[in-house]
Amino acid sequence: MTELAKKRPEFRNINALVDLPTYRLPAAGFVSILHRISGFVMFLLLPFVVWMFDTSVSSEISFAKFKAAFNVGVSFVPGILVQLVALVLIWAYLHHLIAGVRHLYMDANHAVSKEFGKSSAVVTLVLSLGLTAALGAKLFGLY
Amino acid sequence: MSVNYGSKRIVVGAHYGLRDWLAQRVTAALMTLFTLVVLGEVIFTSGEIGYDKWAGIFSGQCMKALTFSIFIALTYHVWVGVRDIWMDYVKPVGVRLLLQVFTLVWLVSCLGWAIQVLWRL
Repeated sequence: MTELAKKRPEFRNINALVDLPTYRLPAAGFVSILHRISGFVMFLLLPFVVWMFDTSVSSEISFAKFKAAFNVGVSFVPGILVQLVALVLIWAYLHHLIAGVRHLYMDANHAVSKEFGKSSAVVTLVLSLGLTAALGAKLFGLY
Repeated sequence: MSVNYGSKRIVVGAHYGLRDWLAQRVTAALMTLFTLVVLGEVIFTSGEIGYDKWAGIFSGQCMKALTFSIFIALTYHVWVGVRDIWMDYVKPVGVRLLLQVFTLVWLVSCLGWAIQVLWRL
């Protein structure tokens, strides 16, 4: 029988308050759960996406309404809320896309290793957050 | 091997094996390509993009057909993904069925709306 190099911590009867905050999820774990969360967020925001498609392509008048939604708002929704929801959507789309490409690459390549899992997860997080920051700055009119 | 027929038959879960797994990946690849096509159109359009140029991207018959396919792909992709979420976290069969029906109505409603917008362009 092989001996374990280091005794790993055992988790039994996990205490949500004590054990969960101290449990360190690896980068690939973050990418994985965020892939699911971003997908679900986009599912919930789907009517907003179709609404944006509708108002932006239907007519000159609706296009003006679409643009105004991000500045002065639309009906009872203030512009800042539309901007924030759009920002969440941008992040969700970018993360889901990049994490998805990582998935497809791993499926096609079969070259799955612990190292690649970690490095590609870090790349995914950096890229998605970086692009979100860049596009978010544009969205909020910083440049 | 446990009994899986008659009154003991397992009636929850996907059980579609390769089909949905592959469909989710194929639709994902299609949507990625579509993203690149639209992004390319936007980037290589000269001047500021107003209504005419933006709506123009989607108004050609070829682009309409492609966009229509992408809507269908997206709907199937989301159905597989969201159904997986319900199957992972929601165990009572009644609640799960209710959520799955909600998901289908939500998705098909959005699909109908999107197709309406596309074909009147």
